[in-house]
Amino acid sequence: MSKFNKKKSGELPAVNTASLPDIVFMLLFFFMVATVMRDNTLMIENSLPSADQVEKLAKKDLVMYIYAGKPSGRYQKKYGTESRIQLNDKFADIRDIAPFIAAERAAKREELIPYLITALKVDKGANMGLVGDIKQELRKVNALKINYTTREGDISKNKN
Amino acid sequence: MAKRAAPEVNAGSMADIAFLLLIFFLVTTTIEVDSGINRKLPPIEEDQEDVIIKQKNIFTVLINGKNQLLVEDDVMELKDLRKAAVEFLDNGGGTGEDACDYCNGKGNPKSSDNPDKAIISLKNDRETTYATYISVQNELVAAYNELRDKRAQILYGSSFKEMEMNYKDVKWIGNKTKLKEKIDKIKLEYPQKLSEVQQ
Repeated sequence: MSKFNKKKSGELPAVNTASLPDIVFMLLFFFMVATVMRDNTLMIENSLPSADQVEKLAKKDLVMYIYAGKPSGRYQKKYGTESRIQLNDKFADIRDIAPFIAAERAAKREELIPYLITALKVDKGANMGLVGDIKQELRKVNALKINYTTREGDISKNKN
Repeated sequence: MAKRAAPEVNAGSMADIAFLLLIFFLVTTTIEVDSGINRKLPPIEEDQEDVIIKQKNIFTVLINGKNQLLVEDDVMELKDLRKAAVEFLDNGGGTGEDACDYCNGKGNPKSSDNPDKAIISLKNDRETTYATYISVQNELVAAYNELRDKRAQILYGSSFKEMEMNYKDVKWIGNKTKLKEKIDKIKLEYPQKLSEVQQ
């Protein structure tokens, strides 16, 4: 009789973790697909303002990015706390915008040049003097299509 | 000799490897913002002709260095701006040639003639913060969108936003040329005339 009467141990059976890799892989693939590697290292604070009347930028490869804002923590000693422009990986002067646009245009195919958009990623704390200067500079080089990059959200978030 | 099955590879550390990769991608991920308010800058023209615009057709918005708003010579809160802009644009106070047969406004003769004539002029100070400027821009664009939506609803029974979305959507089934015509008609009725004063 004892043959059929297997002794049950009092412990709970261990949870089967065989499907854990599957779950992790699933997450992994999500992040792999969603990741956009930053091509620019930001040296400025860049918290964008919010707006709700936004349009999506259609083609990523037709966008030129101009960043502006206060230098972030570790650069403040050297560059101060006044808002600055960043182009590619460097701090830039207002004069550098025209050559930057020219370089960006040269890198694109000729027929695409009229469709290029300049995205202004400006920190919400920056003042309009700087933005006005950038806009004036863009007008000079005839880069007239701009996009003020904003987060989607209510404008009440813009108050500090 | 007995045939032995190939020994199974131990897959226990697979989870560890996957976790490692996962954490790497978690850390490097920045979900980029790629939406914003599109604007077009005015080209620089050498010889600019002075166009005479009636004072009543201009809606002036001033933002000072302390982020306060002055709209048509009155101090205004940001939350009231959209309504004021809609009222101004949709006023339709013109007579004769300038009359506006689709406006729903009060028809105040002291305000704009028709949406085509109405111009919003935005002026900001150098000390104005960017956040306030964007808020104001947003409200003004919202005013235009509101009017266009209303008009599209009356004419075609769908909102302007929806129409534009359909137009951009590749999978949308329907006559795109016709849709484009409809969109253009509404854009013509409520053109975005937002001018910024140069400092």
